[in-house]
Amino acid sequence: MSFILILLASFFFTGIVIRVKSIAQGRKGPSLWQPMYDIWKLLHKGSVYSNVSSWIFKVAPTIYFATVIVAMLVVPVGLFGSVIGFSGDFIFFAYALALGKFFTIIGALDTASSFEGMGSAREALFSMLVEPAFFILIGSLGLLTGYTSFSDIFAAFHITGEVSYAYAAIAAFVLLMICMIENSRMPVDDPKTHLELTMIHEVMVLDNSGVDMGLIHQATNMKFALYTTLIAGLFIGNVETWWMQTILFFGIQVISAMCVGLIESFMARYRMIHNAQFILVLSSLALLIFFGIK
Amino acid sequence: MKVTNNQVIRLADIEFLSYDNFFSNVNEALNHDEAHCVHYFAKPNPDRDGEFSLFCLIANDAHHDIDLLASVINKRDELQSLTAQHLCLHPFEREMHELYDICFVGHPWLKPLRYSHDRKAGGDIYDYPFYEIDSEELHRVGVGPIHAGIIEPGHFRFICEGEKILHLEIQLGWQHRGIENLFVEKKKLLQRATLSENIAGDTVVGHATAFAHIAESLAGWNTPEWLEIERAIALEQERIAVHTGDLSGICTDVAYQLGNAVFGRLRTPMINYMQKWCGSRFAKSLIRPFKTNFIFTEQLAEEWQNTIDKYKPDFVEMAEQMFDLPSVLSRIERTGIVTKENALNIGLVGMPAKSSGLLRDTRKSHPWGAYKDVDFQPIVKTSGDVYARARMRYEEVLASIELIQRLIAQRKETVMTDISDAPRTWSAQPESLAISLTEGWRGEICHVAITDKEGELALYKIKDPSMHNWLGLALAVRGNGISDFPICNKSFDLSYCGHDL
Repeated sequence: MSFILILLASFFFTGIVIRVKSIAQGRKGPSLWQPMYDIWKLLHKGSVYSNVSSWIFKVAPTIYFATVIVAMLVVPVGLFGSVIGFSGDFIFFAYALALGKFFTIIGALDTASSFEGMGSAREALFSMLVEPAFFILIGSLGLLTGYTSFSDIFAAFHITGEVSYAYAAIAAFVLLMICMIENSRMPVDDPKTHLELTMIHEVMVLDNSGVDMGLIHQATNMKFALYTTLIAGLFIGNVETWWMQTILFFGIQVISAMCVGLIESFMARYRMIHNAQFILVLSSLALLIFFGIK
Repeated sequence: MKVTNNQVIRLADIEFLSYDNFFSNVNEALNHDEAHCVHYFAKPNPDRDGEFSLFCLIANDAHHDIDLLASVINKRDELQSLTAQHLCLHPFEREMHELYDICFVGHPWLKPLRYSHDRKAGGDIYDYPFYEIDSEELHRVGVGPIHAGIIEPGHFRFICEGEKILHLEIQLGWQHRGIENLFVEKKKLLQRATLSENIAGDTVVGHATAFAHIAESLAGWNTPEWLEIERAIALEQERIAVHTGDLSGICTDVAYQLGNAVFGRLRTPMINYMQKWCGSRFAKSLIRPFKTNFIFTEQLAEEWQNTIDKYKPDFVEMAEQMFDLPSVLSRIERTGIVTKENALNIGLVGMPAKSSGLLRDTRKSHPWGAYKDVDFQPIVKTSGDVYARARMRYEEVLASIELIQRLIAQRKETVMTDISDAPRTWSAQPESLAISLTEGWRGEICHVAITDKEGELALYKIKDPSMHNWLGLALAVRGNGISDFPICNKSFDLSYCGHDL
């Protein structure tokens, strides 16, 4: 059930972001389901492959998509619990996603384009910097609750009383930022730009087309929903009824998507060189929770 | 020989120096900071094989005149390169070398300007002698010739150390249409006027005005004051429209969506006003030599005021917000700096020059018609970065609005004269040279025409400000992150076709 809910959320997440950005610009904007139509269209197209790239380039998008699906299996939505859950599954979660990223990177390098090489280097650097923030954060929550599985952490999160909401607030901020970095959104990357030199994620998938492109887009949507599910988990742990949890879950998804849209509308993107500093700040925020718990 | 803007000189009156004298005179004239070369070109002498006349026009901003230096050379001569002394001459010598095989000894960068380097051997433009590196640590990034935003083609070759740009080389010429030759081939006045509007599609008024002045001065026709005022209004309106669009572009490149949307919206009424005036949003067919098809009426003046009353508050509010937003400032401050010293060396003109503390504005230093009596102070910034160039646009828009208001007031006081007896066709003095300088929104535009014995065009030379300024961009990005290149590029917003001609 968790799996289906997250999948559902992934269908409209990007649509909301785009809609919010359009409204902020004074436009009506496309339908909420437009990203889905686009993916559907891509899935019906053939792929074009460069004759200098190898099989790695061809399998990379599929593996990327598969790793996100696998990561989705361990994330619970409130009482529904995750499809599979075990002690230490948050480490599995992080490295399943990292495996997907690894394949996108080598897939991009496989094209031997100088743009894609640059994008890969940036993506690798930023992912590496994000990793400590994520582990310190979830590790601290594990320390707080005494469990190492997402389902148990979220279920037991509110045992410490009111103060847990303070942790949740900081954790939600950090997770939202990680989510934006991992999905190459503003302020670190600009998904809308047409300028290859400033791209991070977009430039890595320049050579992909058709089904592969569709898989990459959908994987990104699911990653968005995945991280916001973690945020939702922080808040809906002690809600008792399943229907209330479901409503809250979708509410938090929508609010997160709107936050992403608003951030992208009203600020400029960071200079590439400042991104690293910004990401390290997230680690220190995560440390704040760690020391708070200690 | 000293001339002023829009003056016609008989070729017989020009003193042709020996190349050695010419060399030392040009060298001496350019040693002053207030002087810069507006054009330098060669004209083949049809009677004698291999003989060329060189003409160098050096504008002096302090004395408000232009130094015309000329020389006769043979292409078999070994000529000492002037670029070795004054870098700002590099595109002109490269052009002569490429077109006529004139050899300049000691030119530091004698590469093709618009063609392939081995054009006579049937070479391809893809094959260009780029500056090469041999290093394990450095890498090359090639961008173009297809632009990511599919605007115009140009090839950029970066040499980077990680994210940092060490060197940028720009190869142009992909847009070469032979427009200078077309001017000579097409005999009709209307054909030439239309050609001038298409030199650079974003500077229609600028180039068309420059051509109109050439045609009028060669015919010995005194342009009536009211017509000159109308042209100045159009020129300033073009400046407002393009600057607003550029601010939108700068916001796009730093991914500031609000600025992009608002400035984009504000540009529309500005170009739509042009459509009301002349039926074309880009002011095509508005400027015609010896006449105007679209008189600036009282009603148009009123409509302009109404449009601006709606435009200005929004524009000021958006710009103030943009220049106040930390995330935007962090992207544009201290990015892409051109120092004043570099700006002088490479002979920057127009907006980028003024942003680097170099006052080069021909509206002030070499004014024509309406600009002669209107009170106006060019804006100068000193930091030379993207911020200065963006801020320059904001302030120039406000200045242009005020300027148009004054011009409109002046227009109302001026009596409209009858111009029905003006020439209808190309009619020019024989064997003369005419020069026309106009400050387009990008910077100084220079057109030069030389006529033959029958008064027909023998040579037409065009210089868009981009010719000087592309090198400025190449220098500005050194030491910057490669991801900041697009924003530097946008802040210069140079023309590809204006350079390639």
